[in-house]
Amino acid sequence: MSFLTALVSGLSLGSIYAIIALGYTMVYGIAKMLNFAHGDFIMVGCYIIFTVASTWGSSPVLGVIAAIILCTLLGVATERVAYRPLRHAASPLAVLITAIGVSYLLENLALLIFGADAKAFTSVIPWNGISLFGGQLHIQGVTIVTIAVSIVVLIALQPFIHRTRSGQAMLAASQDQGAATLMGIDVNRTISLTFAIGSGLAAVAGALLCSAYPSLSPYTGAMPGIKAFVAAVLGGIGSIPGAMIGGLVLGIIEILAKTYISSQLSDAIVFGILIVVLLFKPTGLLGKVVQEKV
Amino acid sequence: MTKEKKRTLTTYAIVIAAWAVIEILMRAGLLSSHLQGLLVPMVYYAITAVALNICVGILGELSLGHAGFMCVGAFSSALFSLLTADVLPGGLRFFLALVIGTAVTALIGFLIGIPVLRLNGDYLAIVTLAFGEIIKNLLNAIYFGVDSAGVHVSMQNQMALGLQPDGQTLINGAMGVTGIPHDSNFTLSVVLLLLALFIAQNLIHSKQGRAIMSIRDNRIAAQSIGINVVRYKMMAFTISAAIAGMAGVLFSHNISTIQATSQYFGYNVSILILVYVVLGGIGNIRGSVIAACILYLLPELLRGLNKYRMLIYSIVLIVVMIVNWAPAAIEKREKLAAKFHPAKSAEKKEA
Amino acid sequence: MKNFKKVMGVMMASAMTASVLAGCGSTKSAATADTQSAAAGTETGAASTDSAAAAGGTFKIGTIGPLTGDNAAYGLAVQYGAEIAVDEINKNGGINGYQVELKSEDDETDNQKSVNAYNTLKDWGMQFLDGSTTSACAIAVADYTKQDNMFQITPSGSAPDCVKNDNVFRVCFADPAQGTASAQYIAAHKLGTKIGIIYDSSDVYSNGIYQAFVQEAQKQGLTVVSQEAFTADSKTDFSVQLQKAKDGGADLLFLPIYYQQAALIFQQADKMGYKPLYFGCDGFDGILTVKNFDTSLAEGAMLLTPFAADAQDDLTQNFVKAYEAKYNLTPNQFAADSYDAIYAIKAAAEKANLTPDMSVSDICDKMKEAMTQITLKGLTSEKMTWEATGEPNKEPKAVVIKDGKYVSAQ
Repeated sequence: MSFLTALVSGLSLGSIYAIIALGYTMVYGIAKMLNFAHGDFIMVGCYIIFTVASTWGSSPVLGVIAAIILCTLLGVATERVAYRPLRHAASPLAVLITAIGVSYLLENLALLIFGADAKAFTSVIPWNGISLFGGQLHIQGVTIVTIAVSIVVLIALQPFIHRTRSGQAMLAASQDQGAATLMGIDVNRTISLTFAIGSGLAAVAGALLCSAYPSLSPYTGAMPGIKAFVAAVLGGIGSIPGAMIGGLVLGIIEILAKTYISSQLSDAIVFGILIVVLLFKPTGLLGKVVQEKV
Repeated sequence: MTKEKKRTLTTYAIVIAAWAVIEILMRAGLLSSHLQGLLVPMVYYAITAVALNICVGILGELSLGHAGFMCVGAFSSALFSLLTADVLPGGLRFFLALVIGTAVTALIGFLIGIPVLRLNGDYLAIVTLAFGEIIKNLLNAIYFGVDSAGVHVSMQNQMALGLQPDGQTLINGAMGVTGIPHDSNFTLSVVLLLLALFIAQNLIHSKQGRAIMSIRDNRIAAQSIGINVVRYKMMAFTISAAIAGMAGVLFSHNISTIQATSQYFGYNVSILILVYVVLGGIGNIRGSVIAACILYLLPELLRGLNKYRMLIYSIVLIVVMIVNWAPAAIEKREKLAAKFHPAKSAEKKEA
Repeated sequence: MKNFKKVMGVMMASAMTASVLAGCGSTKSAATADTQSAAAGTETGAASTDSAAAAGGTFKIGTIGPLTGDNAAYGLAVQYGAEIAVDEINKNGGINGYQVELKSEDDETDNQKSVNAYNTLKDWGMQFLDGSTTSACAIAVADYTKQDNMFQITPSGSAPDCVKNDNVFRVCFADPAQGTASAQYIAAHKLGTKIGIIYDSSDVYSNGIYQAFVQEAQKQGLTVVSQEAFTADSKTDFSVQLQKAKDGGADLLFLPIYYQQAALIFQQADKMGYKPLYFGCDGFDGILTVKNFDTSLAEGAMLLTPFAADAQDDLTQNFVKAYEAKYNLTPNQFAADSYDAIYAIKAAAEKANLTPDMSVSDICDKMKEAMTQITLKGLTSEKMTWEATGEPNKEPKAVVIKDGKYVSAQ
C-alpha cells in the first residue's frame, strides 16, 4: 500500500511537470529554442488568476480564462520583441541568453508589483478527489484534472498538427525553416502561433501547479520550469508524447527516491537517472535519432 | 609577429595595465572599499568565463555545469587550507591549496567527461547541468570531520560523525565550510587570470587546439582525417574544468564561509557565466574577460537604484543581446560604420 | 590633506563635545533634544563642508539583507523594522540628541554580495551595522567588521558562528538554543511522545535547529520516529515526508522551517487526513499573514517565537500599527528583531555617551562594553540583556494558534 501511495504522489507531481513540459517541448520543437522564461510565464499566469480572484472575487474560471488570454498575448509579444530579431543570429546561444534576460525581467517585475511575500493561492479545482480501498488511498482532484487536461491537450494537438494547415505549417517549420519559407509558409506567423499555444498552456499549467501546491511568489515558476525542462529532455525534447511521459516518469522517480532512498538526496538521484537514461538513449525516451550527414 | 600573437599579447597587456591602474588607485586611497571588495570576485568570474569559453567556444559544446566545477575547486581547496591552517604559512598554503583544488577538479572533470562527451547538443548541456546539480546536492548532504581517530563521514547529520572532543567538523552539511583563511588578494587573482589566459591562448594556437576546433566545425570530417575525437574532446573539457576549479579556489579563499547552495553553485550560476561568454563573444577569450568584469560590476554599480536595479540589469541584458547579435542590428551598424570610416570598412570587407 | 582632515576632525570633535555638554545641562525633554540636535547639525554641517569623509552630525546605521530574490521577504522586513524604529527615534530626539540616518543594501542572500553591501555602507560612512539578515551572510560580513572593528548586531542571523567575533551581537535566539528549548518545552508539557521532523537540509537555520533538537530530544526521552529533509530545489511536494511521519505514528510534527513551506505542509497533511500537533520555531511566524491562507488549517499549531503581531501590549500594537500604515504589511519576527536591534544600538550608544564624530573603531569598543550593561524592553522580549559573547538573554515564548490568532500558551 505504501508503494501505491507513493506512486499516486508521484503521479500527482509528475502530471504537473508533464503539463509544463508540454509547452516547453512545443516551443523547442518548432522554434528550436529553449525558452528559459517558460517557467516565469507560469508565474505570470498564477498572478493573473490570483489578482482576478482577489480583486473581483469572481469564480476562478474567469481568472483562468483571463490568464490564458494575457499569457498568450505576453508570449507572442515576447517572441516578437525579444526572440525574433535573434532567430538568425550567428549562434543559437544568443536567443537563449535573451530568454534568460526575459526570465529575470518577469521575476523582478512581479517582485515590484506584488512584493516578495508568498501568497496563498485558492485552488481553481474545488473537487476533493476520490478515495480508494476504503480511504486508504486518496487521489486528489487536482491530480485527476491535471492528468485529464494533459491527455486532452495531447489528443487535441494531434489532429491540430496533422490535419490543419497551421499544424502542417508548424511541422514543416520544425523540419526545415528555409524550405518551409520556400513552400510559401509564413514562418514568422507559424512561430508566433507556437508561442501563443505554448504560453496559453503555461497559463493552464500555472493554474494547475498553484492549485496543487498553493503558494505563490515571484520565483514560483523557476524551479518547476527547470524540472519540466529536464522532463522534456528525458522524454525526448521536441516530442509531445515524450514530454508527457518524461514528466510522469520524473515525478514518480522523485517521489520513489524520497520514499525509499533519501529525502536529502532525491534531487541527485533524479539527475543521476536522467544521465543514465541519456547514456543509453542519447535523444531521450521518445526522441528521434537524427543521422548526421556530411 | 603574426596577427594572432599580437592579439594575444594585447590581451595580456590590457590585463596588466588594468591591474596597474587599479593597484595605483588603491594605493592612493582613491578606490572606495565597495569597489575594492568587488575586485577579486570580478576576477574569479572572469577566470570561470575563460574556462567556459574553452568549452563553448573552442570545443563547441554547451556546458551548464561549470558552477559545479567551481564548487569542487572551492570545497577541496578549502578543506586543505583548513586542515593545514596552523601548520603552513599563508603563501605556501594558498599555493598548495590552488594545486590541490585545480587537480581535484581536473580529475572530476575528466571522470564526468567520459559519459558526457558521448552526447551532443542540448542533451550534452542538460547532462552537464545534471552533474552540476548532483555535485551541489551531494556536498549539501555530506558531513565530514576529523579527529585524533581519523576521518569521519556521514550523510545523516553532524552528531552521526561521532567525533572525539578534539575533533573538528570540516563540512557541516548545508552549513558548509566556515573559517577558511582569507588567503587570496587582487594581485594573486590577476596572476591566476593571466595563467588562465596563457593556458587558453596556448591551447588555441597549438596543434591540439586546431584539432579540437576542427572537431567543433565538422566532427565527421575531423574524424576522417584521423583526429582522435574522444581524446581531444576530453582534453578540452578537462582543461576547462580545471580552470573553473582554479576560480573556485579563489572563491573560497576570498570569503570565510562557503555553502553548496544554489545561489553560489547552482545551474543559474552556470547560466550567468554563460551570459558572460556569449556577450563577450563565443570563442573570443579576451571578450569573455571584459564581459565578465562589466557584467559583474553592473548590478553592483546600480546599487543606488535599489529595487529597480535587477530590473534594469535584465533590460540591459536583453537590449545588449539584440544590438550585438541580431543580424538586422549588425547590418545597420555596419552601414553606419561605412558612412563614417569608408576606408576601414572596405578593408574589412576585403579581408 | 591627511593633516587637514585631522585638524578638521579635532575641531569638529571639540565643537560637538561642547554642544553635547550644553545639551546635558538643559532639561531632557524631547523638544529641547530636538533643537539641540538641529543646532549641532548646522554647526557641524558648516564645519565639514571641506571634509565630507568625517562624520557629520548624525549617526549612520546600515542594514543588509536580501531585498530581491527568493528571500526578499526577510530582508525587506529587516529594512522596514529598522525604518520604523529610526523614524520613532528621530521624532523623539534621536540618539544622544543626534538624528539617525538609515541605509539598506541588498545582498540577494549571497555571502559575497553581502560583503559588497557592507563595503558600500562603509563608504557611505556607516557606524553601526544592523545585519546581515541571514546567517551565512552575517558570518561572512563578520569577518570584515572584525577587521574594521565595526559594531555589528545581527537581527536574525541565528547560526552559532554569527557571533564568534567579539564585535558582533544578535537579537534573535541562536539556532541550537531554539532546538533545545523546543525539545525541552515539548517534553515538559508532554505535548507528544512520538515525534516526526521535517526540515530543510539545504538551509543553515533549519539544519541548526534540527540538529540541536534531535540531540536534546534524546536526553529528554522523546522518540523521534521520522526525520525527513527537503531541499531548496524540491520544496513544493511534501507528501513523502508527511507519509513517513504518519506511518511512523508521529503525534507531533516538529517543523523548524519557514512559514511558506509550513503553509504547504498544513494543506497537504489536511488533504491526506493527517492531523498531528504542529510545533515550530520563529520561522513559522508570518503564516497567519499569508494572503488567502485558510488559517483554520493552522489551528492548534504551536510555535516558540519571541514575537507575535497581535500581542496586546502597547509596544507591539504601536509598532504593528505604524508598520501596517507605512508598508501595508503585517510585520513578522524579522521586522521585530530589527526594530529591537536599532533600540539596542540606541540604548548602548546612550549608555556609552557616543557622539557621531567618534571613529568607527572607538564606537565599536565602547559599544562592546555598553551592550553588556544595558537592559532592553523590546518587541521580542520584556527584558533583554546581552552577554559579552554576543548572545541575548531572553525567554522564549510559546504561542498557540487559536481561531486564526496567536494566543500565548501556558
